[in-house]
Amino acid sequence: MTPPRTLYQKLWDDHCIETYPDGQGLIWVDRQLLYEATSFQALQGLEKRGLPALRPTASLAVPDHVIPTHHRNPSAFSESTRRLLDAMFERCGRQGIPVIPLHDERQGIVHVIGPEQGFTLPGLVMVCCDSHTCTNGAFGALAFGIGSSEFEHVLATQTLVQPKLRSMRVRVTGEMGPAIFAKDIILAIIGRIGHDGGVGHAIEFAGSVVTSLSMEGRMTMCNMAIEAGARSGLIAPDETSFAYLKGRAMAPSGAAWDMAVAYWQTLPSDPDAVFDKDVEIDMTGISPRVTWGTSPEQVTGIGNTVPDPGDAPDQARQAAWLAAQAYMDLKPGTALSGVRIDKAFIGSCTNARLDDLRAASAVVKGRRVADGVHAIVVPGSGLIRTAAEAEGIDRIFIEAGFEWRLPGCSMCFANDLDSVSPGERCASTSNRNFEHRQGVNARTHLMSPAMVAAAAVTGRLTDVRELLA
Amino acid sequence: MRAFTRLSGIAAPLPRRNVNTDDIYPNLGGAAITDPEAMGPCAFGNWRWNADGSPRPDFILNQPPYDRAQILIAGANFGCGSAREQAAWCMNAIGLRCIIAPSFSDIFYGNCLKNGMLPVRLSEDATDALSAFVSDPANATLDVDLDARTVTRSDGCVAIFDISPRDRQRLLAGVDDIGATFAIMDRIHAFAADYHHRRPWLADERGAD
Repeated sequence: MTPPRTLYQKLWDDHCIETYPDGQGLIWVDRQLLYEATSFQALQGLEKRGLPALRPTASLAVPDHVIPTHHRNPSAFSESTRRLLDAMFERCGRQGIPVIPLHDERQGIVHVIGPEQGFTLPGLVMVCCDSHTCTNGAFGALAFGIGSSEFEHVLATQTLVQPKLRSMRVRVTGEMGPAIFAKDIILAIIGRIGHDGGVGHAIEFAGSVVTSLSMEGRMTMCNMAIEAGARSGLIAPDETSFAYLKGRAMAPSGAAWDMAVAYWQTLPSDPDAVFDKDVEIDMTGISPRVTWGTSPEQVTGIGNTVPDPGDAPDQARQAAWLAAQAYMDLKPGTALSGVRIDKAFIGSCTNARLDDLRAASAVVKGRRVADGVHAIVVPGSGLIRTAAEAEGIDRIFIEAGFEWRLPGCSMCFANDLDSVSPGERCASTSNRNFEHRQGVNARTHLMSPAMVAAAAVTGRLTDVRELLA
Repeated sequence: MRAFTRLSGIAAPLPRRNVNTDDIYPNLGGAAITDPEAMGPCAFGNWRWNADGSPRPDFILNQPPYDRAQILIAGANFGCGSAREQAAWCMNAIGLRCIIAPSFSDIFYGNCLKNGMLPVRLSEDATDALSAFVSDPANATLDVDLDARTVTRSDGCVAIFDISPRDRQRLLAGVDDIGATFAIMDRIHAFAADYHHRRPWLADERGAD
């Protein structure tokens, strides 16, 4: 009898072509995603070697990182945006790599459109030159970010040399209260295990709370596995995953669908599978999470105060807390609720899906963005934007004073197009509160879309439950 | 790829946890520099330069002798965050070819190996001690020997580090994986044919297996 295996082990076994003596493996890569800022270098490298992409249709390319979300007029693009787009898409054309162009309704953030198109499927190994590729693990795919050089190896051979990861399971249990979302769960997990708690591991999220989440919520969780240090996040495929994928443009159909589902049903971790690390987190009574520092592990409940560095668990963290609080201009003991904000950003590969926009608009409805706050909503894809408009969600945001943008990465990271100004404070649904991430000397607080909506309409970090009461 | 065998050079202490790739290469969406060798000025940009472009004297890499550093000694989880290989490229461009830390992000670690750069994992205590030792400019020179897997201080104190034998061989020889993988393309094609026979919904409609 074969020993019980984890989901990760099954994915590894199914894709491993060769195991090297030190435990690294040469693994088959099913599919890869490309976008403009970090992928063209791999295509450039291929061309230098005079190699073709081995399997062009295993790729899908889309622009998202450096494109404006105010307009789509290429003649008004910056020189650097044009250069990056040209560098990328001319090479995709030469290699026969399918592209979703800028003006296509399917265009959007790379990790939003992968699942939305059914390009992402359970059981796949998927890569992209972006650390948030782990988002796709929500479907039970082994999905991870790689560098441009590794990507060149993938394009040339459709394989990759990888160290075998250790396995970690995070079981999420308990009864979540109202206005608590997947973002609160993953921030609570990162707060518990730390920004490097998952280094060297693939994290499988499991437990009753996870299995009851929508695919959107599961993607939010897996998206931030990398913020816990794990290159991959995983959730076992189930009926929720199959229902999401069925009928998607690039998903299998007919007899192929039935065959695929039969295989996907074999993927969940065996009941007796042993993980290298096992963590349980009980969400009962957990309040909405908000970060106070410059690492996603520096997070607490909205009802709490900025912690005292004297209480840090070790010296390295004490130094990090001090530096973070200086950067964030927050003193120990300050109540987080009530801290004034300047910007509100609803978007990114973490939280720009229809569920997220619905949750935020439910808070915004009938309210106005507070004076002095600049608030934007950037849907994750053109299809999400259209679906939201069909529900009237765009009107709720626009009437409240939000900008309703076109899809892209936008204010998630500092760029020439959307950034937080020096010294400004931003309530953000994105995934990174690093120093200067959203702009030079920008101060970022990470939270759920509903919490960002609450901050936008009150002008302060606010417990969203007070507005929903 | 450039080989990494042995390096004797200045080591700069940057005793900070969670140095991320936005810290290392801050302007992914900005300047759109495409040549890795031209990325040097971007390295640690927000820490190295004032808004007017003048150097910030408080940053270690602007202080002699550390402005000539080839080795960086950092805190845990170095290179976390974004997968951007620009982080490795820009460090390489300013001559930083070896990073010593208690732990690295998995993606950044891999990116170093692909660029002839050596990531060295030492224990938290050993890293702290090394960082403190090289903080005296008189002790700033370290000798890193990949073949022997050693880091040697100027007082002769030696630390031994672990690295995968395969990664070590690749770095010593200065070769990337593509050549070795191409040598077994027949096996890869055979694997793919069998794999797609069992999973026909993933087969390429153009029969590229």
